[in-house]
Amino acid sequence: MNDMRLLQRTQGMNDIKIQANGVDVFYADNHAIKDVSVEIEDKTVTAFIGPSGCGKSTFLRCLNRMNDTIDICKVTGDILLDGEDIYDPKVDPVQLRAKVGMVFQKPNPFPKSIYDNVAYGPRIHGLAKNKAELDEIIEKSLRRGAIWDEVKDRLKQPGTGLSGGQQQRLCIARAIATEPEVLLMDEPCSALDPIATAQVEELIDELKQNYSVVIVTHSMQQAARVSQKTAFFHLGSLVEYGETGKIFTNPEDSRTESYITGRIG
Amino acid sequence: MPIFWLITGVLAIACIGYVLGHRRAMASAGGNLRRLHSLPSYYGLNVVLKSIVPALGLTILWLLLQPIFVSNAVSGMIPDNEIPFGSSRGLVMTEVVRTAKGLNQAVAAGEITEATAQNRNTSVDDLTDALKSAGAVVTSTLTAPVMTAAQAYREVSRKGYLGMSALVLLVATVGALWALRETHPDFRARNVVEQGIRALLIGAASIAVLTTLGIVLSLIFNTVEFFRLYPASDFFFGLEWAPSFSGRGGASQLGVIPLLWGTFYISIVALVVAVPVGLFAAIYLSEYATPTTRAIAKPLLEILAGIPTIVYGLFALLTVGPLLVSVFGAGGALGVNWQGGGRAVMTAGLVMGIMLIPFVSSLSDDIINAVPQALRDGSYGLGATQSETIKQVVLPAALPGIVGAILLAASRAIGETMIVVLGAGAAARLDLNPFEAMTTVTAKIVSQLTGDSDFASPEALVAFALGMTLFVLTLILNVVALYIVRTYREQYD
Repeated sequence: MNDMRLLQRTQGMNDIKIQANGVDVFYADNHAIKDVSVEIEDKTVTAFIGPSGCGKSTFLRCLNRMNDTIDICKVTGDILLDGEDIYDPKVDPVQLRAKVGMVFQKPNPFPKSIYDNVAYGPRIHGLAKNKAELDEIIEKSLRRGAIWDEVKDRLKQPGTGLSGGQQQRLCIARAIATEPEVLLMDEPCSALDPIATAQVEELIDELKQNYSVVIVTHSMQQAARVSQKTAFFHLGSLVEYGETGKIFTNPEDSRTESYITGRIG
Repeated sequence: MPIFWLITGVLAIACIGYVLGHRRAMASAGGNLRRLHSLPSYYGLNVVLKSIVPALGLTILWLLLQPIFVSNAVSGMIPDNEIPFGSSRGLVMTEVVRTAKGLNQAVAAGEITEATAQNRNTSVDDLTDALKSAGAVVTSTLTAPVMTAAQAYREVSRKGYLGMSALVLLVATVGALWALRETHPDFRARNVVEQGIRALLIGAASIAVLTTLGIVLSLIFNTVEFFRLYPASDFFFGLEWAPSFSGRGGASQLGVIPLLWGTFYISIVALVVAVPVGLFAAIYLSEYATPTTRAIAKPLLEILAGIPTIVYGLFALLTVGPLLVSVFGAGGALGVNWQGGGRAVMTAGLVMGIMLIPFVSSLSDDIINAVPQALRDGSYGLGATQSETIKQVVLPAALPGIVGAILLAASRAIGETMIVVLGAGAAARLDLNPFEAMTTVTAKIVSQLTGDSDFASPEALVAFALGMTLFVLTLILNVVALYIVRTYREQYD
């Protein structure tokens, strides 16, 4: 964890994982996202912050085309993953979502056993040739999800029986099991107590070794704690994007400063 | 009519009580609403409650009990030698009551005067003529003791009703006065009214429960009566159903097995049709259809549920039966000779299945919609397709509810009658061929109780035993359905 030593934070020179150019999103007549361009780096935690309804969750959901499930939603502009347009007709959203995993605001384990919850993705995508391999994937995912020790003796019990924080880490393990390249997290800690939040944040910090993590959060402290890059959204526009340390200590835009000091939001 | 006037009287007392209570409450507070515990209307309602409830309760109780007391008082008037051979005091008393009612009718029709009807010295023949010309149902020979007893019955009843009216009005007045006395600013009239409403709701709930109890009891009594006349082992394990109506006490074979088999066979065919079609329709409507399609298709599908079953029966008889014969019958499209006539298990089962589709689909649709969107999002977020999501996440989560819906459809199928009567025929048969005519428990209940049947014979009473069997079966099904739904319900929320 970097804690609050924002300025000393190391800034690696990472590749660009996702590049968004001039993205607009419309819900029927409502212009929800206005001309957002952003570059998300690999092996980095990027935080989206902003007041409620500013479009940060909507933009996050564009990154793995989860907005496709909403009929009235229309997305324009380019979003490139590894240089490939994800809204290209040739791209299968189902395949895309296997590469860009997602963790939701409320823990949503399936009404299945812990084992089957994690095995869900690998089974769908045929990642395991046999039972032993599947067992291995599941153990690895649960370990990375920092929940293995708590559940290793009760893998056959329903995932819904876990506590809130455990459920959320189970959902993260479930997302990891499909071996995504990017992990999108939509306010993953908003339904959790402080201890569970700390566990999940620690986990996010570890995850950036392997993945590009994008996290939407309402808590500025959380963004400051876990992220290297921060994007501030306001009324559907991207106001400011840059290194977390800079955004929190020396923002360029007056709106960013107002939000961070608690005057708007 | 007197009862009508009595109730009107009680209501009038209640209305006056309301106004008085309202006024008294205002007066007691010196016109200042804030000094009252409750709004004035609550004080008024308190008076209404306290006058109506005891009065009406007393009326109902009295009406239930009076006939019993009057009969007891009058039945002593009939000497033992007046009771015909082979009859009983009870039957003669029924005669007496009927005659008493006939006298009322005759007086109302103006055939005789009230004085004549009451006069014990009027000749029996005159009265009998009067009764007949008034259109009352009387047996040919009314004896003098019966007529006297009938007159006495009327007399006692009349006094009873008079007494009741007086007492009820008194109770209503006393209740109203008592409530008026209570009315002062500190009295918690609002709470009393709340209690009254609570009691009303409890009453409504218990009527439903008590009715069920009544139905079960009436079934049980008649079933016991049947088993006195016919051995239970023959009923439950008999392989043949052949009631004889010709000879009293003739050799009726009343084995329930062929009927149960028919019931289950037809129900299973129906469920095999209804469950997949209904479930798939539900999945389409809740997961794939656009809101516009859904708004049009769902009501259309539910129209199926509104078609009377007799119409389905006609459909089975006139359309589906001949269609099946043309395929599976002799010289049919398949070149097989499995089906002799249009009436068959298959005909009834298919049509019943169509009838059940909206049950399954509508209930399942609601249940599938109740599965949280978060679960679907979770699955899509992992890169699952829509059908994978439905198969592996949505359906397992909705399964308990779907099983409940299916069992509910099953108990509908078991209880269905008209489609069977028209579609499957009336032959009770133990057969595996689904193209044979068979019949079900319900269809046989109808045929045993229609027409001129003697209600004391086993051939008629068997209907109650059949009804009881059916009731127990559907009860078990419903209990199992509830159990399944309850056990697996808390898997998500």
